[in-house]
Amino acid sequence: MIASNIKFVMAGLLFGILIVKGEVVSWFRIQEMFRLQSIHMYGIIGSAVLTGMISIQLIKRFRIRTVNNEAIKIIPKTYHRGFIYGGIIFGIGWAITGACPGPLFAQIGSGATVVIVTMISAIAGTWVYGYLKPRLPH
Amino acid sequence: MNNFLELIKQPWPWWVSGPLIGLTVPILLLIGNKPFGVSSTMKHICAACFPANISFFRYDWKSESWNLFFAAGILLGAFIAWTWLSDHTIAINPELLKELKNYGITDHNQMVPKEDINWRDLLTLKGVMMIVVGGFLVGFGTRYADGCTSGHSIMGLSNLQWSSLVATCSFMAGGFISANVIVPAILKL
Repeated sequence: MIASNIKFVMAGLLFGILIVKGEVVSWFRIQEMFRLQSIHMYGIIGSAVLTGMISIQLIKRFRIRTVNNEAIKIIPKTYHRGFIYGGIIFGIGWAITGACPGPLFAQIGSGATVVIVTMISAIAGTWVYGYLKPRLPH
Repeated sequence: MNNFLELIKQPWPWWVSGPLIGLTVPILLLIGNKPFGVSSTMKHICAACFPANISFFRYDWKSESWNLFFAAGILLGAFIAWTWLSDHTIAINPELLKELKNYGITDHNQMVPKEDINWRDLLTLKGVMMIVVGGFLVGFGTRYADGCTSGHSIMGLSNLQWSSLVATCSFMAGGFISANVIVPAILKL
């Protein structure tokens, strides 16, 4: 199990380096973005989406296969109203903590050990969603 | 070599780091046919550790464990970048810094404001709001929205899914309200 997953550790490692170097995990950068005080975060997200978009188009156009020669398939998420309600709730938390889930791991890695508590609390939030799911509007 | 390392250590402009971050999308597709996303890791942790007979957490999380390895990599990569590849300077807008000074936040070169997000103040009202409540909203909200900035704003938008655009606009709406109204209120505590 470990051996077959080393490649994902490596991909994560690269992503972790990039989001620290891109300052995406900085609480201050997140405040700037939501106060329209800097183009930095918009530039990062915009150019990341552009690269991702071009990559996916190339993969589809040329039917590029995985390293194991499988056909690449992307299953779109199924829309429900939670995308809006949950999205707003997450956005509020994003500005408070200065982190979305990826950066939570990265903030801990960059030495802000107290963010372990933020992470545990986020896991608790995930659990409470699972518990309340049948009663929430979707 | 030394010059190269010096160059790496400096802050990178967005047009260097942004496109590189976007490459995570094809990398994960090519090495494992996996859709880029991070918030699912927290769902897998719930499923693995406290499923509590909740149907949402009853699935084969082990078949999704690549996500947890990816997250472990993020932690490790961040440690490497912060320890050896950074000169710890971030050019934040001076207007923002001036305002934050009023709240007692002066060191902006850490990833989080250490005056408020630290172990010592964890159990103060401000600490609970910034750390515990903030974290809870991130976990609850991303699961309710079925994805986070990675899964929706980068992966979903890259795949031209309109529902991810709805989710991204909702993230931004919540963030605008929070950063301009809620965060200043918490910092005043």
